[in-house]
Amino acid sequence: MIGIEHYVVVSSILFVLGVLGIFLNRKNVIVILMAIELILLAVNINLVAFSAFLGDLTGQVFAMFVLTVAAGEAAVGLAILVIYFRDRGTIAVDDVSHMQG
Amino acid sequence: MIQLLAFYLFAALTIASGLFVITAKNPVHSVLWLILAFFNAAGLMVLVGAEFIAMLLVIVYVGAVAVLFLFVVMMLNIDFAALRAGFIKNFPLGILLALVLLAEITIGLGAFSAGGVQIGTADGSAAIPADMSNVEAIGHLLYGKYLFLVEAAGVLLLVSLIGAVVLTLRKRSGVRPQVIPRQNARRPQDATVNVKPEVGKGVSL
Repeated sequence: MIGIEHYVVVSSILFVLGVLGIFLNRKNVIVILMAIELILLAVNINLVAFSAFLGDLTGQVFAMFVLTVAAGEAAVGLAILVIYFRDRGTIAVDDVSHMQG
Repeated sequence: MIQLLAFYLFAALTIASGLFVITAKNPVHSVLWLILAFFNAAGLMVLVGAEFIAMLLVIVYVGAVAVLFLFVVMMLNIDFAALRAGFIKNFPLGILLALVLLAEITIGLGAFSAGGVQIGTADGSAAIPADMSNVEAIGHLLYGKYLFLVEAAGVLLLVSLIGAVVLTLRKRSGVRPQVIPRQNARRPQDATVNVKPEVGKGVSL
């Protein structure tokens, strides 16, 4: 039978993959944003699994708010990406420090 | 049995597509793998009876966020080959950090499985009711106990909406925008003339 451990293992692997994605694609902001989405997905799986196995709905309500934040973050992040690209013609972020001022 | 099979199917596909998201050469493929990952995660959530979050995941992530990503990837003309230059260079450090993180999580999970950690028990105020569907029960919670949190989430979405619009809005020079007051002030008698030319004479405009 499937226990809470199964879900925690899946979500922790997904979380680690997200973190790895940020390191591997250090230049490409789009993939970094997708890796952040993966991390948030892992968190959501964890919240829902604990909510279901503890018999308490609060975790699922909280997962909904995490989803809201993730959607807002994606929208603002991509907007910043668009203006960054408009300004510089590239999305390589290893020299984002040029953005100041 | 079928539940176990479904779990392993969804879990394996979620992790595999997560891996492809971060290793795909083309970001369009990354977005498509991300969509697959979200679908399978939704399947995982359905398995434990969280249909509402599963639906939300498909609607919000696949329907909105992934499409937004696709728009941006396809709209910007980006040389993706140049962006992958650091991939090999960052690989050892990234793998090392990921392994350390995974080891930490494994240790935590092992401690949890050994029974040394008390995660507590639910106080029952949000217990899953037996006589309602998941969607109905969450609806009762959202518009009852967590009403103000729902309002706060709405404000957050409004702020990010306005933020995204303000960030990407720009004044372009060299365009001829519509001036609404001038357009409204114009009357037919100022703008048109009624002439009755004689045959063969023509009209001077």
